[in-house]
Amino acid sequence: MTIVETAVAAADLPMPLHRALGLTDEELAAIHDRLDRAPNDLELAMFSVMWSEHCSYKSSRPWLRRLPSAGRGVVAGQGENAGVISIGDGLAVAFKLESHNHPSAVEPYQGAATGVGGILRDIFTMGARPIAVLDALKFGDPADEHTRHLVRGVVRGVGGYGNCVGVPTVGGELVFDPSYGENPLVNVMAVGLLEERHLTRAAAPGPGNAVVLFGSATGRDGIGGASVLASATFDDSSATKRPTVQVGDPFAEKLLIEASLELIDRGLVEGLQDLGAAGITCAVSETADRAGTGILVDLDAIPRRETGMSPAEVMISESQERMLAIVRPALVGDVEGVCRRWGVGATVIGRVTDDGLIRVVSGGVELARIPAPALTSDAIVYQREARPPVHERAAPAPGVQHELLEREPGLPERGMDPGAVLLALLGHPNVCSRAWVTTQYDETVGADTVAAGEHGAAVLRVRGTARALVMATDACAAVASLDPYLGAAMAVAECARNVAITGARPMGVTDCLNYGDPGRPEAFWAFTEGIRGVADACRALELPVTGGNVSFYNESGRGAIAPTAQIGVLGLLDDIERRVSPPFRSPDDVVGLLGSTTPGLAGSVYASLAGASLDDRPPGLELGRERALQELLLEAAAQGLLASAQDVSGGGLAVALAECCVWSGLGAQLELAVGSTPALELFGEAPSRVVVSTTPERWERLADLAAGRAVPLERLGRVGGDRLRVRLIGLAATGAAEERGAGVADDVDVPVGALEHAWSAGLPRALGEEA
Amino acid sequence: MRVGVVVFPGSNCDRDTLHGVELAGAEPVALWHEEPDLRGAEVVILPGGFAYGDYLRAGVLARFSPVMKAVRDHAARGGLVLGICNGFQVLAEAGLVPGALLRNASLRFEHRWVRLAVERTDTPFTRAVPPGLTLRLPIAHGEGNFFLPPDELDALEARRGVVFRYVAPEGNPNGSARDIAGVIDRRGNVCGLMPHPERAAEPLLGSADGLLLLRSLVGSGLASAAA
Repeated sequence: MTIVETAVAAADLPMPLHRALGLTDEELAAIHDRLDRAPNDLELAMFSVMWSEHCSYKSSRPWLRRLPSAGRGVVAGQGENAGVISIGDGLAVAFKLESHNHPSAVEPYQGAATGVGGILRDIFTMGARPIAVLDALKFGDPADEHTRHLVRGVVRGVGGYGNCVGVPTVGGELVFDPSYGENPLVNVMAVGLLEERHLTRAAAPGPGNAVVLFGSATGRDGIGGASVLASATFDDSSATKRPTVQVGDPFAEKLLIEASLELIDRGLVEGLQDLGAAGITCAVSETADRAGTGILVDLDAIPRRETGMSPAEVMISESQERMLAIVRPALVGDVEGVCRRWGVGATVIGRVTDDGLIRVVSGGVELARIPAPALTSDAIVYQREARPPVHERAAPAPGVQHELLEREPGLPERGMDPGAVLLALLGHPNVCSRAWVTTQYDETVGADTVAAGEHGAAVLRVRGTARALVMATDACAAVASLDPYLGAAMAVAECARNVAITGARPMGVTDCLNYGDPGRPEAFWAFTEGIRGVADACRALELPVTGGNVSFYNESGRGAIAPTAQIGVLGLLDDIERRVSPPFRSPDDVVGLLGSTTPGLAGSVYASLAGASLDDRPPGLELGRERALQELLLEAAAQGLLASAQDVSGGGLAVALAECCVWSGLGAQLELAVGSTPALELFGEAPSRVVVSTTPERWERLADLAAGRAVPLERLGRVGGDRLRVRLIGLAATGAAEERGAGVADDVDVPVGALEHAWSAGLPRALGEEA
Repeated sequence: MRVGVVVFPGSNCDRDTLHGVELAGAEPVALWHEEPDLRGAEVVILPGGFAYGDYLRAGVLARFSPVMKAVRDHAARGGLVLGICNGFQVLAEAGLVPGALLRNASLRFEHRWVRLAVERTDTPFTRAVPPGLTLRLPIAHGEGNFFLPPDELDALEARRGVVFRYVAPEGNPNGSARDIAGVIDRRGNVCGLMPHPERAAEPLLGSADGLLLLRSLVGSGLASAAA
């Protein structure tokens, strides 16, 4: 099939070529303007992929400029393949978060696998050896058979690729919400380590330099993935789009990593770019545009794995595991030698020119002639309309799963046994152990994993130094579906907090912004609010956003997904011996709560089980308090004042305490003053709170430090015993007890073994995977 | 004392193993799969990974590589060879150790920390392990389910060919026959195991038990070099 036939078949209607390729009439006119003539079919195909939302950021670009980009140590930021931050001693870290949502919805294994492959290429293209992967996954109802199919395929795909390439998958996030049922999110973050002198740019400098394509041959897989899959809303015909999903080969990628890093190490390349969306077209136009040069592509030189491919198919194929290198002519032989050694094909497919044009020739005939900027930096930009949705009444909590209530008989909607609610929350699919997933991932290859991310943030030591990299990824989509600004800002705060509880200083942020159809003002409004939230939180916490991506059109016939600003934070721990972990450490240690509990149950896991009143709101976020809390955590960790620290998030304080118990095997004997209602105190998810423990001798010093920074610190009790006991005290507790009536326990009092069982059994049970 | 670590295309624990050898006090040297030369190594380790992409079957292609000719000769001369994870699969495919590694009983890739009983501390691979000590190491594989027909299992046990066994509390992670995690050949100079000692060679990484195995190997290599 030619690209034209593919596009027409996908649309199932005869129509003008540009429309079949996903371009509007307005865009066709804009292409005319830039070329001063009508484009031919090949040029139109090249524009169609480069001007897709996925490649051009035509809707989001004006907004992305609002994100703060400057920060300490940033050596490469937005617009590069990945952000790079210097960590001293000549070392730097490359990191980025990226989506592969629609391919994973169509073909979960390959979609997820190639998502991992793509983000790894972004990392080693910068000259960094990939050292860690984190995956943030969002699915619909886990009881749904289609969801289970997607979960199994995506998890196998992430593992299948990462395990083979030899990069540990050390953390991530797994969230179920009905809004993701038809449109799951697969966001993958990768982190790499490099010597700063090896930092490599994705540019094509030096007219006369050779353009070398190395890696796999070019085939028909993934034709139009960027425009057909990533840039349109989903519908029932999605299954017919399967040929647009790329097929990954992690073994080829492993060889590509080794070959690329050796080329960089030996100083053989002037520029390096991976081939992802829009294939060769994207790689040549972006590298040329960044350097202010042009590239002449000899179409006949490009190695193919299939016969009869049209010029357009060759130019926009998204075949995986390919790289483009810019090489001085005298070094081409050396480059070919390195590639040969690793069993990787390498071919000169063109040269850098000084005319600023992307030209494609075949058999001496010029097939395409486009100014490089027209495809990239001068692509069309839209000022989309943003309009908040009109609610006739306050929105109900998202993800209220009434079916779940029916499946969990005995969970009362009103009045409660706090211990029973705690067990239900611990076993909730969004809270419970991720072991069913993480045991399918190689967490320890590389021999640098100090802590994988089951307990919040992952910690990887930097060999040959006393330091460690700490990384986490978070989103707060349930809050964002009520308030997209607040949800995005909370995600930044929570993710940075997860890094800070280890004692590591957050250094930078990468974001993956997943929203609906940008042509719908309500969906676009959610996106702009998300940007505003990320920007405000990052400014307040002095964190640069060094890169990421935007994924629009996350909609199905059932509506848009919950607005999802997925955040990745990279932090640096100066002394790995000073790291702090979430589990309690020793009996008799004093347990305290840093931060204060503020009203609002909407958006919490508790509300998704028990329901929230319609006029309830999510808890507020005060960024100044968040910052003071995180500074305090760093200082306390540096002074050795913390035996443990655990973020309070999904499931609230009670779940955070239970996790500290389960992960340590230690109980705790605590008292909690109830200022409002037991549900809010125990299960509310107000941000900017951390459960800490410390030795009795150090408690006063910790309290002084907290007072000095005006961070509230409430003493809860002691670690010890084999049960988690939380006595609720105060007038409000009594009042609530009366309201609930007699015979209901006031206190949490549950054996640690029971907590552990509820937490461990949750996911296999939710997915119907019990052994 | 030089310890060679073979690098197949697709090996992904080669760098970790080279590092582990260094921690154990020997000089690590990488052995490229295309060269039938052990570069003066007294001991050879086949590391984990997916040699040649594990196409067809784990370990099956690697045994035909030029370096394996040299490894075979080395073993035939009584030289020490250790296969870890994929390296164990390669040794089994090459017939240098008994058994076959089938897909895990769960039919999934399994990454877990396991506990190993060391059945023999009188081998060159385990001599630094105090008798009675169990080891805590990670596994990470999709095909580690040790298989032999029952009569051959009996024969293997009878000649004390089982070196490592999965034990409680975590137990058998992959369905291996008789909980077998690692075996030694008849002559006692070629050993394969599924768990990764090189990933557990420092307390910072959760366990230093693996270092006992690497130190055994280095000590034995020194002894045989002196002899």
